[in-house]
Amino acid sequence: MTEAVMEAVDVVKTLGRGPSQVQALRGVSLALAGGELTLLMGPSGSGKTTLLSILGCILSPTSGIVRVCGQSTAHIQPEDMARLRRDHVGFIFQSYHLFPTLTALDNVRLALDVRDEPSAAAIFKAKEALATVGLSHKMKSFPRALSGGEQQRVAIARAIVGNPSAVLADEPTSALDGDNGQAIMKVLAQIAKEQSCGVLVVTHDPRIFRFASRIVRIEDGRIVGEERAAQDSIEKRG
Amino acid sequence: MSLIFRLSWRNLFHDRLRFVATIIGIVFSIVLVTVQMGLFLSFDRMVTTMIDHAQADLWIVPLGTKCFEDPSLVDERERFRALSINGVTEALPIVIGFAQWRLPSGGTTPVFIVSSDTRVGGLHPWNLVEGSLADLAVPGAVAIDQSYFDRLGTKGLGANAEIRDQKVEVMAVTKGIRAFTTTPYVFTSLDQARAFIGTPPNKATYFLVRLAPDADIASVRSRLRTILSESEVLTPSEFRRRSRSFWLFGTGAGAALFAGALLGIIVGTVVVAQTLYSSTKDHLNEFATLRAMGSSARYIHKVIICQALLSAVIGLIIVDATAESALPVLMTPAMSVGLLLLTVAMCVLSSTSAIVQVMRIDPAVVFTR
Repeated sequence: MTEAVMEAVDVVKTLGRGPSQVQALRGVSLALAGGELTLLMGPSGSGKTTLLSILGCILSPTSGIVRVCGQSTAHIQPEDMARLRRDHVGFIFQSYHLFPTLTALDNVRLALDVRDEPSAAAIFKAKEALATVGLSHKMKSFPRALSGGEQQRVAIARAIVGNPSAVLADEPTSALDGDNGQAIMKVLAQIAKEQSCGVLVVTHDPRIFRFASRIVRIEDGRIVGEERAAQDSIEKRG
Repeated sequence: MSLIFRLSWRNLFHDRLRFVATIIGIVFSIVLVTVQMGLFLSFDRMVTTMIDHAQADLWIVPLGTKCFEDPSLVDERERFRALSINGVTEALPIVIGFAQWRLPSGGTTPVFIVSSDTRVGGLHPWNLVEGSLADLAVPGAVAIDQSYFDRLGTKGLGANAEIRDQKVEVMAVTKGIRAFTTTPYVFTSLDQARAFIGTPPNKATYFLVRLAPDADIASVRSRLRTILSESEVLTPSEFRRRSRSFWLFGTGAGAALFAGALLGIIVGTVVVAQTLYSSTKDHLNEFATLRAMGSSARYIHKVIICQALLSAVIGLIIVDATAESALPVLMTPAMSVGLLLLTVAMCVLSSTSAIVQVMRIDPAVVFTR
């Protein structure tokens, strides 16, 4: 197995205070390796999104260790957490979260702009990323002129344009029909394989199992199972 | 084009109605500040206009004089004492005071008489458009400003009227010598002024002191102060400062103008702040997404401040395009620059509430919205 790009060790996360306090994660350990597409599955309220947020340096764990590319996130300031996200993590959201006032190209470019990447280089890379997701012909379109599947592809291009170590996707296919969902997963599997990127997909969608390198199941804040797909079957899908 | 600029521009223009409201608010604020500050500057210049145009190295003024228009009197003896000082070449009497101008149509209106010896330099009308200074030596001759023709019921050069029951004729006309009060200035000869105001011949309101070219002002002034017991000796800049201080702050006129300008700034700041705040609230998801993507706080500050600056620049352009014709106030280059800086500062300050709001966002909300 390749080295973990992202790792949670015995992570506990408590949300809320007083009587409404909930323990969302109860000692979760999970490592994402480059080149792997991991599906994180579980019922609603099982802690999937909390784990995704902690791995993506958006939330800090109550206890436990999180490492991103070998760097621990313990005791670091919010701005340093932001820098870790900027440098190592690409996010894909269920509802895309594209900027409605920007074109597809500018939406993708934005991920590089926040890294102060020079404009000409950023435009070149953004075009490449859009080509990777098959949207070269929609660069100048605004989100409202794109279908749900196309918007999610733009979101994927935005997530991968900075060449992150890991891509974290929160139910990326739940708002899409079957064909679009399959197409999106195909792109994500391809990114994992070709860019040696660790991809973690939170999902309920059983139609996308076949794209996974492994499937991790979580319930009540604990990892309750893990299946690894046969290497040859993944290669066939890729 | 910078992406920050593009994002800011489009965020602003996304809701055009709100954007128009913002710009109206900014324009209103700038206009209010411009008018108040312009009036303040005009006022500031007008209260010292006579001192500015007098040819004096020093002024001998009655003790406790508050401003140029303060018509107390100094005795002629003070003049002779001044002339006895080495370095003093002239001490020219100036007589000023209020009088009643009888309108040809009946009734009277107050005027402010300004006079000095027309044969030598002193304080004479300037910007003459008709007649000459020499004409003022003719008995009964006066000079008035063309902007007061209606007010004084005259048709200009050659018109007759009465001041204190004495017949006068307009022998010279000036342009742009306006008083900051509603009382018109009337220039005349010294003797005539004494007759109009009722000033004794051995008295004058001020003496303009002129020094020999090689005289040291400070030392002459010091000697004058020693020998003049009933008057003060001021430099022109001190007299200006005193006049300004009296009219702008002693009377409350300056405070009122400042208060108006401050009100404009507050209104502008609140309008822009409210708009930026509500625009930011509308785009909160996008800012949360930016945070989730790892953008620094500095990047987000730039987006919001850029929106504020864009609003400021657009507001200023609109004001600049209309100000010349719509705002009859004094605008100096320094004031224009000051206004630009003030507007920018106002808009940046306004963005604070929006920045605070954005910085409070938990980027985790991107997973729940």
